[in-house]
Amino acid sequence: MNEALWYTGRGAGLVTLVLLTVVVALGVASRAGRPLPGLPRFATPVLHRNASLLAVVLLGVHVGSLLFDPYAQLRLVDLMLPFAGAYRPLWLGLGTLAFDLVVALVITSLLRSRLGATAWRRIHWAAYAAWPLAVLHGLGTGTDAGTAWLRAVTAVCVLTVAMAGAYRLLLPDPATGPLGPPAPPGNRDPRLTPLTISGPPR
Amino acid sequence: MSRRGARLHIDWTACEGRGLCSEMLTEILAIDDWGYPLARDGRPEPAVPRELVAHARRAERLCPRLALRVLPEPPPTRPQGGSQLPPS
Amino acid sequence: MTMLDHRESRDRRTSTDDYRPLPPGAGRLLLAAHPDLATHHRHLGLLPPLAQPARLLAEIDAAGLRGRGGAGFPTARKLAAVAAGRSPVVIANGAEGEPASAKDRTLWAHAPHLILDGLQLAGALVGARRAIGYVPAGPSTASLRRALADREAAGADPIPVEIVEAPDRFLAGEESAVVSRIEGKPALPRDTLRRVVVAGVDGHPTLVQNVETLAHLALLARFGGAWFRGVGTSGDPGTFLATVSGAVAAPGVYEVAYGIPLGDLLERAGGWVGRPQACLVGGYGGAWVPADAADVPVSTAGLRPFGAAPGAGVVVALPAGACGLRAAADITRYLAGQGARQCGPCRNGLPQMAGTLTRLADRERSPALVAELERLTRLVEGRGACHHPDGTVRLVRSTLRTFPAEIDRHLAGTCGQEPMPAAGGAR
Ligand code: HEM
Ligand code: SF4
Repeated sequence: MNEALWYTGRGAGLVTLVLLTVVVALGVASRAGRPLPGLPRFATPVLHRNASLLAVVLLGVHVGSLLFDPYAQLRLVDLMLPFAGAYRPLWLGLGTLAFDLVVALVITSLLRSRLGATAWRRIHWAAYAAWPLAVLHGLGTGTDAGTAWLRAVTAVCVLTVAMAGAYRLLLPDPATGPLGPPAPPGNRDPRLTPLTISGPPR
Repeated sequence: MSRRGARLHIDWTACEGRGLCSEMLTEILAIDDWGYPLARDGRPEPAVPRELVAHARRAERLCPRLALRVLPEPPPTRPQGGSQLPPS
Repeated sequence: MTMLDHRESRDRRTSTDDYRPLPPGAGRLLLAAHPDLATHHRHLGLLPPLAQPARLLAEIDAAGLRGRGGAGFPTARKLAAVAAGRSPVVIANGAEGEPASAKDRTLWAHAPHLILDGLQLAGALVGARRAIGYVPAGPSTASLRRALADREAAGADPIPVEIVEAPDRFLAGEESAVVSRIEGKPALPRDTLRRVVVAGVDGHPTLVQNVETLAHLALLARFGGAWFRGVGTSGDPGTFLATVSGAVAAPGVYEVAYGIPLGDLLERAGGWVGRPQACLVGGYGGAWVPADAADVPVSTAGLRPFGAAPGAGVVVALPAGACGLRAAADITRYLAGQGARQCGPCRNGLPQMAGTLTRLADRERSPALVAELERLTRLVEGRGACHHPDGTVRLVRSTLRTFPAEIDRHLAGTCGQEPMPAAGGAR
């Protein structure tokens, strides 16, 4: 029974990492402002949102199963408060931090229209902290930390996000690309004010 | 409210022409030369027929720039200038 | 009872409409313009205290005072909308981004106390906590500063007036851009969903009123609605400040009654220099009125057939020697450059329209250019947070309508006309 919890926890953790990678890669790539090759435009945000919801579910399974695992002896507070636990405080703390951030990201995103675009966007940049924390957490803690296959999976995850970054950076942003003549500095530029007039009378 | 349909407001200062809305709401929106949504009925705030209101709300939630708002009242019946595009 | 009154007669009506002109030598704003406070009070008396706001509001409504900044919105309705909210802000908008307009600067220089009386009155009417003078740098700001110092000494301003400098940009005076600027952000228009009268400066209901409107308000409160309607037309009562420029002998700012025949207004500005061709009415985002329509009344109803409106009172005279397409292309390029570059259709469409019109003016012999211009106007119209694209569309459409012969000559490559000569004195 305990073994089962332990395996479930580890498996769910790994799947969460993969899902978060997909989420971050889609988020980054969608900022390129173009559809992903072969997908309709609305697919990117739909996949991004659904993958993140799925990630939260698996994250729940991940921490839930470890909470009941007698070996790690986690307390409920360790799930919320980073670096407070007795069991590998640093590596576990990174995971806790990532967990908090992901939950916050998802909650704020579901309330996005109520938060307003600017506030939501500022908060959403925390994704760039959450994902690396999750990666480090996976590398540092747990039974499988040193195994080659976990390292391989992690490498693929990092590569995926890097590719998404490249896709975004290499395409010119359609919204800020060069357009028309630049605006003149002031509106009384004589060359651009074609019809000269005189001042007020008297 | 949705018995009479609604209208779609586009915040042009936020829209970056990602084109999701034009793809999701082809009945209401076409796409212009530069990728921005173009109201087929030629109104500044195109009408959303009753049966499309729920779908328009989905687009509202998905717009990456939060540039869409489904407003409860349908637009005034008198078209306000502009041109009509044929439905796709 | 006042010098403003006895110069006006109410009996002269024309048969075709109900235009009542301002008699020769008469004026309202420009006659009541006294840059120093003592003279201002000696001639006009103190601003009457606001005993019954609802009554004055009804009086303004009945007088038919409308905004003089361009859009012509009924002032009473705007006041009522702002008064409905909590701790409103009132703004005297004298940014005057329109290059062909000089009336707001004229008022800042010569009648700051009319503007400030109007601002206090509007503030009292809506129950404002904050009042702001939004003013271009230079002489206008200096004049406002002097006026405020005098008024402070005299205790004339129950609501203290702050000064905020308006940048020298076409869109600086757009209502929501004014609000942004006052909040300390760049003077760029905002989305229309949050209306300024409901949630403007820092979320407070905000009245952005053109300085000429406020000056009229200062006189209306003193002399009453019946007096106000004594000149003008029934649809557009009162006078307005017209800035007449281009090919006229005495370009400048003139006060005339709404409904004045366009030809008479040009006569006020010394008459045409050279043979008349057309007038640009309403500003850079306005429309052309061909010279053969000299008796068209300058009023909302009179100008409607031309797709024009009195707007902020701008009239630019284009002489027969000048090429209308060239002038329109230059203005359109200017307007394209002055866009806020926020809204996609405007950022992209205006430069494209300007480029196409310029190719036509440059005598590129491709008839497709006209169709392309028409297509672009449809693509741009109504698709921005402010009316900048719509004004540009109005100018381009009017150009295509007004100069068909010119277009044919250009397409045939035979237009030998020169661009618009600079007329009048220097600015
Ligand atoms: C319900 C959940 C979520 C929703 C609705 C959501 C929605 C969005 C949206 C609309 C964007 C903007 C895309 C664009 O501008 O094209 C975005 C970007 C992004 N999202 Fe999410 N998101 C969610 C959860 C998450 C989570 C859990 C993460 C990561 C842990 C994440 C990571 C990102 C990243 C990295 C970006 C790119 C941000 C940027 O560079 O501006 N998102 N998301
Ligand atoms: S989905 Fe939003 S950002 Fe995209 S084109 Fe439509 S309105 Fe613009």
